[in-house]
Amino acid sequence: MSVTRTPTSLTQGSRTKGGIGESTLRPDGTLKVTGEFAYASDLWHEDMLWGFTLRSPYAHARIVSVDIAEALATAGVETVMTYADLPAETRYGLEIKDTPVLADGVVRCHGEPVALVAADHPETARRAAAKIKVEYAELPVVVDEESATGPGAPLLHPGRSDHHAGHVPHPNIVHRQPIVRGDVAAAKARADVVVSGDYEVGMQDQAFLGPESGLAVPAEDGGVDLYIATQWLHADLGQLAPVLGLPEDKVRMTLSGVGGAFGGREDLSMQAHACLLALRTGKPVKIVYNRFESFFGHVHRHPAKLHYEHGATKDGKLLYMTCRIVLDGGAYASSSPAVVGNAASLSVGPYVVDNVDIEAIALYTNNPPCGAMRGFGAVQACFAYEAQMDKLAAELGMDPVEFRRRNAMAQGAVMPTGQVVDSPAPVAELLRRVKAMPLPPERQWLSAGSPGGSVDVRALPGGLSNTTHGEGVVRGVGYAVGIKNVGFSEGFDDYSTARVRLEVVAGQPVAVVHTAMAEVGQGGVTVHAQIARTELGVSQVSIQPADTRVGSAGSTSASRQTYVTGGAVKHACEAVRARALELGRAKFGTYHPAWARAELLLEGGKVVTDGGEVLADLVDVLGDEAVDIELEWRHRPTQAFDLVTGQGFGHVQYSFAAHRAVVEVDTELGLVKVVELACAQDVGKALNPQSVVGQIQGGTTQGLGLAVMEEIVVSEDGRVRNPSFTDYLIPTILDTPTIPVDVLELADDHAPYGLRGVGEAPTLSSTPAVVSAIRAATGLALNRVPVRPEHLTGT
Amino acid sequence: MDFLRPASWEEALAAKAEHPTAVPIAGGTDVMVEINFDHRRPEYLLDLNRIGELYEWEVGERDVRLGAAVPYTRIMDHLRAELPGLALASHTVGSPQIRNRGSVGGNLGAASPAGDAHPALLAAGADVEAVSVRGTRLIPVEEFYTGVKRNALEPDELIRAVRIRKADGPQAFSKVGTRNAMVIAVCAFGLALHPGTRTVRTGIGSAAPTPVRARAAEDFLQAALAEGGFWDSGRIITPSVARQFAELAAGACNPIDDVRGSAEYRRHAVAVMARRTLGWTWDAYRGNERSASCA
Amino acid sequence: MRVNFTVNGRPQEADDVWEGESLLYVLRERLGLPGSKNACEQGECGSCTVRLDGVPVCACLVAAGQVEGRAVDTVEGLADYAGRRSAGGRAGTARGTDIDEARRWQARPPGARTAELSPVQQAFIDAGAVQCGFCTPGLLVAADELLERNAEPSDADIREALSGNLCRCTGYEKILDAVRLAAARADRAEEAV
Repeated sequence: MSVTRTPTSLTQGSRTKGGIGESTLRPDGTLKVTGEFAYASDLWHEDMLWGFTLRSPYAHARIVSVDIAEALATAGVETVMTYADLPAETRYGLEIKDTPVLADGVVRCHGEPVALVAADHPETARRAAAKIKVEYAELPVVVDEESATGPGAPLLHPGRSDHHAGHVPHPNIVHRQPIVRGDVAAAKARADVVVSGDYEVGMQDQAFLGPESGLAVPAEDGGVDLYIATQWLHADLGQLAPVLGLPEDKVRMTLSGVGGAFGGREDLSMQAHACLLALRTGKPVKIVYNRFESFFGHVHRHPAKLHYEHGATKDGKLLYMTCRIVLDGGAYASSSPAVVGNAASLSVGPYVVDNVDIEAIALYTNNPPCGAMRGFGAVQACFAYEAQMDKLAAELGMDPVEFRRRNAMAQGAVMPTGQVVDSPAPVAELLRRVKAMPLPPERQWLSAGSPGGSVDVRALPGGLSNTTHGEGVVRGVGYAVGIKNVGFSEGFDDYSTARVRLEVVAGQPVAVVHTAMAEVGQGGVTVHAQIARTELGVSQVSIQPADTRVGSAGSTSASRQTYVTGGAVKHACEAVRARALELGRAKFGTYHPAWARAELLLEGGKVVTDGGEVLADLVDVLGDEAVDIELEWRHRPTQAFDLVTGQGFGHVQYSFAAHRAVVEVDTELGLVKVVELACAQDVGKALNPQSVVGQIQGGTTQGLGLAVMEEIVVSEDGRVRNPSFTDYLIPTILDTPTIPVDVLELADDHAPYGLRGVGEAPTLSSTPAVVSAIRAATGLALNRVPVRPEHLTGT
Repeated sequence: MDFLRPASWEEALAAKAEHPTAVPIAGGTDVMVEINFDHRRPEYLLDLNRIGELYEWEVGERDVRLGAAVPYTRIMDHLRAELPGLALASHTVGSPQIRNRGSVGGNLGAASPAGDAHPALLAAGADVEAVSVRGTRLIPVEEFYTGVKRNALEPDELIRAVRIRKADGPQAFSKVGTRNAMVIAVCAFGLALHPGTRTVRTGIGSAAPTPVRARAAEDFLQAALAEGGFWDSGRIITPSVARQFAELAAGACNPIDDVRGSAEYRRHAVAVMARRTLGWTWDAYRGNERSASCA
Repeated sequence: MRVNFTVNGRPQEADDVWEGESLLYVLRERLGLPGSKNACEQGECGSCTVRLDGVPVCACLVAAGQVEGRAVDTVEGLADYAGRRSAGGRAGTARGTDIDEARRWQARPPGARTAELSPVQQAFIDAGAVQCGFCTPGLLVAADELLERNAEPSDADIREALSGNLCRCTGYEKILDAVRLAAARADRAEEAV
C-alpha cells in the first residue's frame, strides 16, 4: 500500500538566494500554481473509504434512541459508529475536555456529531447516514447571559471539575477574568466628560477556503497514520491518542496542504472520526467536509456584548475605564478561557489609563461553539474601545486622531495588568502615518474623460448590482488603532522545536529544516529557509514536511510562528553552525590562526572571518559528516493573571496596527463601498517584506468583512441559519479596496531578529476604522457589527 | 438517479413526457447546488446541453426569441440594445463563471423569487414558450410564477424559449445585495418605459412570494405622465410623482424577514430603487428626445 | 455511467460515474487531477474554475454527464494551454487535439518540475499572490482567460473578471498585482517581438 499523494519536501535552490529581510518567493509557490500541491482534501489511497458524519439538527436535545441497522445494511457501507462504539476516552478539548467525540446521549449544539459512516463512495455514505434513525427529545436552550445564568437555567456541563470550575460565579460561565487597577471612583469624580456605550459583535467565521479534511491510514502495528490539515499537530495528537486508546507513538501525523486556518483549525474536527473509522474497518478513510458541514466543523469567533464607560478631562486625557465583556462560548469550552484572558487584558486598547475596572466572561450556551479566530478576544474589545474613543473625541470637540494621540501608550507604559511594555509601542506614530497618507480622489466612479457622463458602478456602493449612479452617496473617513498580544500567554509553556541538518549533497552544502510547524498559508516555510540561509550561509535549503516525528512547534496562531518556530530554527541553526565550526577547527585549525577566533561566520558556503577572510569551504569542513541537531526554544516566560486583580506579566509581546478607512455610503439604501483602507503597522523586523504586507492586507480584509457583511446568524433556538457561502458572505475582490501599507520596523530586543508577530493586529483595527468612517458618513451611532443596511436605513 | 442525454429537442420532449419527474439541467447553477448539498435527489436528470437551438436567439420584429439556455454572458454581450433591462439584470447574476452557464430558462424553471431575470422580464413584457409532446403554449410571464419556487409548467413541459418584447424605450434594473458582487438579491427592481404605447412596466424581485409587477405604481405613473404631458414635453418628472410612484412600488411588495434582509428594509429599498430607476430611464428618454429633436 | 471527454488536450474516460456527480468530483477523484479545488460546491467561490470548451465555469456545477464529448482545461494544463495559445493563436474555443499532441502530453512527474509555467502562474508567484493557495488554481484559470480576451485590463476590469473567485488570505491586493504584472510582461514581450 502506498499513499500516492502525500506532502512533498520543498527544496529551494540557488534561484532564491535570499536570507532574512528579502522578499524571497515561497518554496511551495510552484506546486500551488500548477495544482500539484497536495491539500488534505486531495489525498487518495487505494481501497480508500469515505467517511461521513451525521449531525444533530437540534441545539439541545436528549438522544432517545439510535437505530443504525438499515444504514449498516446498505450496499457499499463498511461500518457505522456511534458513541457506543468508542474504544477509549470519549471527550477531548484544547483546555477543558468537554467535547464529545460523538454525542453521548445529549446534543448541546446544532450540528454536533452523532454518528459516523464509512462507505465506498461519498454518496453511499450520505444515503446511509440518512437511514440512521435518531429519536431526539428536545430540551430547553440557553442562548445568552440571561438564559444561561438565570434561575433554573439548564446546566450545559453539570458537575464540572475543570480548573476554572472553582472560581466562576455560575457553572454556565466557562471562565471569568477581572482586572482592577487604580481608583476608578476617585478618577470618575475628577472626570469632565463621561461616555458610555453598549456594543455588540456578531459571530464571525474563519471561512478558510479549504474545508476540513484528512486521510487516516491504518498501520500494520495497530496504529494509524493521519494526513491532516491542522494548525497544531502535537495538540491534535495529545487529544487524539487517548480517544483512539493508542499510545502517542502509534498515532503518526503528517501535515497535508492546509487551505487557510485563521484559528478555525486549532480544535479537532474530523481527526478522531477518520482515525476511528480507519481503525475499525482496517481501511484508509478520507473525510472531506463540504462548505455546509464546515460551518459546523469548527469553532467561530465569539460573539460579544460589551459595556464600556470612559471618563476624561476636558483637555482630552483619559482618567478611567470600566467595562464588562460577555463572550458567548457556545456549547463547548474550546479556547474560551484564553479568549477571556485576552479580551480582559487588552480591553483598554493601546492607551494609557491608570484606573480600570474590567470584567470579561465567556458563557456556555447552546449556540455554536466559539474559540480561536484571528484577533482572539482583542477584536471584540477593539471595536468597542475605538467606538468609545470617537465618542469621547466628539464629546470634547477634538479631532479623533489627536485625542487618541494624547492617550497613546509608548514604550514604558503600564498595562492594566501591571505589565510594563518593554519594547517599542509606536501607537502615536502609526496614527500619524495613516493620517499623513494622501486621501483617494473623490467620485472615482465618474469615468475619466467623460465629465458628468457615464458612471462606473463597480466603483460605487452596490457595485455590479447597479443601485446608485451617485445618488445618496456620502463619503466618510475613520481611524482606529489596536493592540494584540503575540504568542501564548498567561504562563503557558510556549515553545517550539526545530531540527536542522547540514550536510553536503552532490558537492554542495545543504541545510535541511524539519519542524512540526503547520504551514497554513502564512509563509512560515519561506521564512525558515531564509533563516537557514542567513545563519548557515548556504543557498540550498530543504524544508521537510511537518509531522510528529519531530517535537512540537506549537500552534500556528497568536501571530507566534515566525517568533517562536522561527526562533527555534534560528537557535538550531546557531547550534549547527557552532558544531560545524568545531569540525572546521579540528580539521583546519592549525592552518590559520583566525580559526581560534570566536566570531566566525558561514557565508556563501564558506567559513569566513568577520573581516571577510575565507578560511575554508563548508564542503571541505563537513566532508561526509552531517551535523544534525534538534532542540527546543522558548520565549521568556509569562505569568497567569491573578484571578481577583488580573495583575501579572501575562503577555510576551504586543503588536500594534492603525487603520484609516475611507468609505462611500449609499445613505438611502444603506450600502457601503470601502474605497480605501490604509494601514500602518510596526513589525519589528520584516523577515520577508512581501509576506508581511500580504499578511497585513489579508488581515485588514477580514476586518472589513466583519465590519460590513460577515455574520453567522443563529436563531433563537440555537440553530445556524446561514451555513453556506450563499448567505455567509465574505468580501469579493470588488468589495475590497486598495490597501496601502506602511511598515514600520522598530526592533523588539527580546525577539529573534527584533521581529514582532504580524498576522493579527491588522484584523483588529480594520473593523472599527470602517465603522468609524460609516459613522462619519451617516451620523449614526452604529454600535453593532456587522453593520447591515437595516442599521443604516432605520429599517 | 438516471442521466438522460437527449440529442435533439424532440428527444428531450419525449423523455420529459415519459419521465415527468425528470429535472431539466442546462447550466446546472441551481440544480447542481441542490444535488451537491443533498437537498434534492431527482429520479432523472434531463441534460439539455446538447440541444443547440436552446442556445440560439432570433431577433424578430416585435420580440427577441431567446433560447431557454442562452447564457447570461451572451445576453450581456449581444442583446444589450434589444433587451437592455435583461442585459443589466444578467450582469448582476452570480459571478462571471455563473453567467457563462446560467440562463433565463433556468431562472424561470427554478422560479425563485430571487431570480435576477424576473423583474427585467416583467418590465419588458415576455411570454414563456412552454412545449411538450402535446404542443406549444405561450404563457405571459406574469402568469408564469405561481408560488415560491413554483411555476405554471405542466409536468411534461419544457421551456423552449422566452419571447421578450424588444425595448422601445429606456429600461433599468437595480438589485440590492449586501455585497458588491456575487450576491443573491435582497430585493430587485426592473423598470421599462414604453414610449410607443406610452406605458410603463415594472418588475419586483425577492420582495414577495413570487416576482410581481407593481401594477398600481404603473397605473399611477402612466396616468401622471399622460396628464402632465410629460411624454411630449420631456420635462423632468416632478419629485412628488416620483415619490408616489416609489411608494406604490413599495406597496406592491409582500416581503418576509429572512437572513438576507428584513421585510421593512425590502419595502424601503424597492421604493428607493423605483425612484432611482425612474430617474435614470426618464433622463435617458429625455436625452433621446432631445437628441432626436436636435437631429 | 461512463463519460468520455478531453482534459487538457488528452482524451479521458471515467467509468462508474454516479449520475449526480459533478465534473469537479470526476476530475479530482477519478482522473487524479485535484488541482481544481472543492471550497464551496455551490458556485460561490470560483476555486474549481475550469474552462469548458474554452469558457470559464465552476466545475462543481457541471454535471459529469454534461461534459460527454467536450473539452475541459484545468489548472494542471494551464502552462500547456498558454503555450499552445502563444504558439498558434488562440487556444480558446472547442479546438481539437491532434493525436501526436495527445501522445506528447504527460503529467509532469514530481521532482522533475523544471517549472514550465504560464506567464500568469509565474506572475502569481512573483507578486506574492499565493498564500494558502486554495483559491489560486481557480483564480489562475480566470485571470488567464481575462488576459486572453483583454490584454490591457484596467483595475476595474480585473476586479470584475475575478469577482467570482474568493480569496480569504491575501485581501486581493497582490492578486491584482499579479494580473497587472502578467499583463505588463506580455506587453513587454510583445514589444520585444
